[in-house]
Amino acid sequence: MTYHFDWSVLWRGQAGAWLLQGLLTTLAISALAWLLALALGILAGALRTVKFTPARILAAAYVEFFRNVPLLVWMFFFYFAVPTLLPQPLQEWLYEHGAEFSAATAALGVYHGARFSEMIRAGIQSIPKTQLEAALSTGLSAAQAYRLVILPIALRLIIPPLTNETLNLFKNSSVALTIGVAELTFQTRQIETYTAKAIEALTAGTLIYLILCLAIARTMARVERRFAIPGMVGSGATEP
Amino acid sequence: MDFGVIERNWSFLLGQGLVGIGGFAGGTLRLAVPALLLGFILGLFIGLARLARSRWVRVPATIYVELFRGVPLVMVIFWFWFILPFALDVALPEYGIALAAFVVFEAAYLAEIVRAGIQSVPSGQVEAALSAGLGQVQTMRYVVLPQALRNMIPALVTQFIVLFKDTSLASIIGYVDLTKAAQIVNNREIRPFELYLFIAVVYWLCAYGMSRYAGYLERRLATA
Repeated sequence: MTYHFDWSVLWRGQAGAWLLQGLLTTLAISALAWLLALALGILAGALRTVKFTPARILAAAYVEFFRNVPLLVWMFFFYFAVPTLLPQPLQEWLYEHGAEFSAATAALGVYHGARFSEMIRAGIQSIPKTQLEAALSTGLSAAQAYRLVILPIALRLIIPPLTNETLNLFKNSSVALTIGVAELTFQTRQIETYTAKAIEALTAGTLIYLILCLAIARTMARVERRFAIPGMVGSGATEP
Repeated sequence: MDFGVIERNWSFLLGQGLVGIGGFAGGTLRLAVPALLLGFILGLFIGLARLARSRWVRVPATIYVELFRGVPLVMVIFWFWFILPFALDVALPEYGIALAAFVVFEAAYLAEIVRAGIQSVPSGQVEAALSAGLGQVQTMRYVVLPQALRNMIPALVTQFIVLFKDTSLASIIGYVDLTKAAQIVNNREIRPFELYLFIAVVYWLCAYGMSRYAGYLERRLATA
């Protein structure tokens, strides 16, 4: 079999617009899921370090259950199974307002939230206990001590692994195509379907992912340098 | 709620979907286990190449690793799905395509584990081996790699868990793994909640069991 290259399919017709739309959808899903994952990760990560046992167990159950099941299964679960449990009007509203997008964002956020929380827990546990004791003895409540002292330090410590996991989240947003979200990989496939030019379409999609991964890694490296804690090992910023 | 759907399709879901015994060339484990073994062999060479002194060996290996780690697995699977039949000029079954994609993709991640494992061996070991009269290759084979492999074991188990979960993505090209098996049953019985919850629990039992095992190995290595 011989393959005839025709790169012009990428700028003829709608291909460019599709790629752009796909890119924007990928970025939107990733950004929203990232915020959700960070919120869940901070909450679960912090709860796993507190003295109150039920909170610790609850957070551990969330983390262990969600991170040990494939993301794809969560996508299907949130898209096909969860809506059947909702009341009828809410179900209809959801299907009219892009249920794929919300299901994909929820699945991605909840799955990576469990993975973020492990890093945040490790970050909190790496802070000497005396920091918390000092904060509490100045009269702060436990919640205030976490919010004002422990979490800001922990978050600054874990930026390198967080960068890696952020890249994973971004790449995993491609799994959303399985439930019909028109993100970047979906649009790449669409170009292939319409033009039968697989290599050209896949090259375009792959390059966009590579460039964005590089851009995210660069941005996070800058964030890391900006928020490095002076006097710590590794505060002389490391490239990812 | 009708969990009878699980009971009626028990052997299809677990026999066909999870293990791979049945009418389809499928199975999560039948894909994950060979993918890890072959991926490790490829990853071993790439990991070694990344530590080579010659730039002509090191740079291509680095590009390989960075390239595959910067692209989603879904994209890699599609690449193989379109390219392999063209390149080999034969129609390949989903199993061959999925296996090739996973081996090549995982090798990039496994190479990093190999590299970290080799770098964790104290350099005094290499110097001692070289001064005992072993050659470069012999030093690597008889002194460095045996120690490095031992250090790698927990990370390898963890990577196998990732791979085990990632094989669910082979279902997008029609490979009948556990996820696809649940989809097939769901198309007939329309019981999404029960079915997807069931496979979530199956995946969970396998992955959580393995992660506990990885933790145990790590603790044992730390004390040894």
